[in-house]
Amino acid sequence: MSNQLTTDPSKSAQRMRAGSMTMTLMPWILAAGALMLMPFIFTSSSALTIMNQMWITVIFALAYNMLLGQGGMLSFGHAVYAGVGGFACMHIMNASDFFASFPLPVLPVFGGIFGAGLAMIVGSFSTRSAGTVFAMISLGVGELIAASSVIIVAFFGGEEGISGDRTYAMPFFGNEFLQQINVYYLTSFWVLLSAALMYLWSRTPVGRMANAVRDNPERAEFLGYSARWVRYYSFVASGFFAGIAGGLFAINYEIVTEENLNTASSGVILLVTFLGGVGFFFGPIIGAIVFTLVQTVLSLQTELWAFYAGSLFLATVMFFPGGLAGLLMMHVPVFKLGKAKLLIEPYFKTLLPAAIGILGLCALVEMTFHFRHATKGDNEMTLFWTTFDSHTVLPWLIALAVTAVGLAIAKRTAPALKEAWSDANSAGEVS
Amino acid sequence: MSVPALELTGLTKSFGHAKIIRGIDLSIGKAERHAIIGPNGAGKSTLFNLITARFAPTKGTVKLHGEDVIGLQPYQINRKGLSRSFQITNIFPAMTVFENVRCALLWSQGYKYSFWNLVNNSRRLTEGADAILDQINLLERRNLPAGTLSYAEQRALEIGITIAGGADVIMLDEPTAGMSHSETDYITDLIMKVTEGKTLIMVEHDMGVVFGLADRISVLVYGEIIATGKPADVRADPKVQEAYLGAALEAEH
Repeated sequence: MSNQLTTDPSKSAQRMRAGSMTMTLMPWILAAGALMLMPFIFTSSSALTIMNQMWITVIFALAYNMLLGQGGMLSFGHAVYAGVGGFACMHIMNASDFFASFPLPVLPVFGGIFGAGLAMIVGSFSTRSAGTVFAMISLGVGELIAASSVIIVAFFGGEEGISGDRTYAMPFFGNEFLQQINVYYLTSFWVLLSAALMYLWSRTPVGRMANAVRDNPERAEFLGYSARWVRYYSFVASGFFAGIAGGLFAINYEIVTEENLNTASSGVILLVTFLGGVGFFFGPIIGAIVFTLVQTVLSLQTELWAFYAGSLFLATVMFFPGGLAGLLMMHVPVFKLGKAKLLIEPYFKTLLPAAIGILGLCALVEMTFHFRHATKGDNEMTLFWTTFDSHTVLPWLIALAVTAVGLAIAKRTAPALKEAWSDANSAGEVS
Repeated sequence: MSVPALELTGLTKSFGHAKIIRGIDLSIGKAERHAIIGPNGAGKSTLFNLITARFAPTKGTVKLHGEDVIGLQPYQINRKGLSRSFQITNIFPAMTVFENVRCALLWSQGYKYSFWNLVNNSRRLTEGADAILDQINLLERRNLPAGTLSYAEQRALEIGITIAGGADVIMLDEPTAGMSHSETDYITDLIMKVTEGKTLIMVEHDMGVVFGLADRISVLVYGEIIATGKPADVRADPKVQEAYLGAALEAEH
């Protein structure tokens, strides 16, 4: 579908396959290279931590999108499968004899097995229909299991959760994963493998039928497929990969708590996936990278990071339902027509002032926050490398002016951008 | 006598107190082209939905190749070789035209729910889907999202999806509804071509199409079949003329 390149129907099927083969392999080779090189570019240990978190979120978001984007199932409780996978891995870490019998990189498989196992049980009744019923069951089961964490203390460890030590595994070629960099390569290996497997899944008969059932379950039934079974298989596969993400979380942080399976975590993964774009396979990858950056890097700069993340999500839902991936892919036809040049100037004229206006707006938000919440007497604040007194008028006037002027220019130039956009998309139309 | 492709006995359907289908007995032979006609609200689409298990009948049996199919799910009936189209276009709009047809081939080519086969690697799937697209003249539209096709093309695609699985009993619900004259001719030729040697059961309002295509016709009025027979016999039947056909035929001229 979206991943398939437009091919000339007159060419033979064989040529199309050979062409798409290199085209499909290329991104994976590039991704593998990028994963290998990243630690040499970002050498600090906090960068490694951020990247580990990023790749785990990538796996989880891709697993979630097997449901949302590919199967049309909106789940409000998918953190449960990752969480249970994580808890299972934690218990295996603590079962020292068993844990010492295999190397650490194998551990996430157990997370996957437990995630898939739980999905098999829950899916047996939740996948009967998609839509509201599925969403409500997912929410209910999510709450139920999150609530069990304080009841079934033996498995979930109550409020402290379960912690363990990854270094007790059998050494892997002499490596005991004492250092963050070792864990980074373990996580990178799994993100590549999981993403590739999930991509391949989408190209299998059951993966293709997941799309068909999403679009039109009744029609799919009259093609010989039970919509329910198609959903069930997607659900179990998604639970498996979510469990792998959970297992990697356990390895990375060596502690898993109720937070890993509560509704808030389920909400975050929905947000991440949607932000990235559900319509494209790589959408959730972008979403996971952007969201993790907001969550880690931006949160160092401002306490209000969640406010900005929420605003970004809202803007995506309202203006770009295709997500960031959709926004990128919108430009493919323009490039194919060779008209990308037409867009450079209007983009510059509209997006730059808009960005400045939005930064002005952020400044106003930050100043309001400081004005209201800073301790008494602490009137000084630093914003965009400038230190000023938030209780004087001038900074407010400047921020207000920047916001107003920036947004006004963007509004003035927007029609021109719209026109340029339709110009860039017309002539030699596809249909 | 050989086993009929489809045999209905005493088929009844009530919604609450409203009896929509009032006991239908009908036998359709192999490779027969059978049209069901009748005024609006006669229960034609309901009859289709009963046969294909979209609704469960209140009473009666449906036999496909002599085998009772009551109680089976639509997908199980489909696997036994019965395929249908819908009155309202029912395709996968977000998927490409090619994908639409390929999905229709998956089960019949034995792929089931497998996740160890890659669809792009199967030459049989690709060639099979392209052959169907060629038959329904949509090869040029192959890589477009199905939802962007014109109405007539979507109807053609729907027929393509319906026949793709190789079912030997094809049911078409008003295949030419809402079409212009030329489009109707195009779809009629298409139906003629793709149902060669298969059992066809169709609901249709356009009398030109019905008399052009059908070997036999059943007239359904208020949930009952008032006449079944060869086109000429049905046309001459006074009951039919009174109930329905006279008015419809006059409207044609």
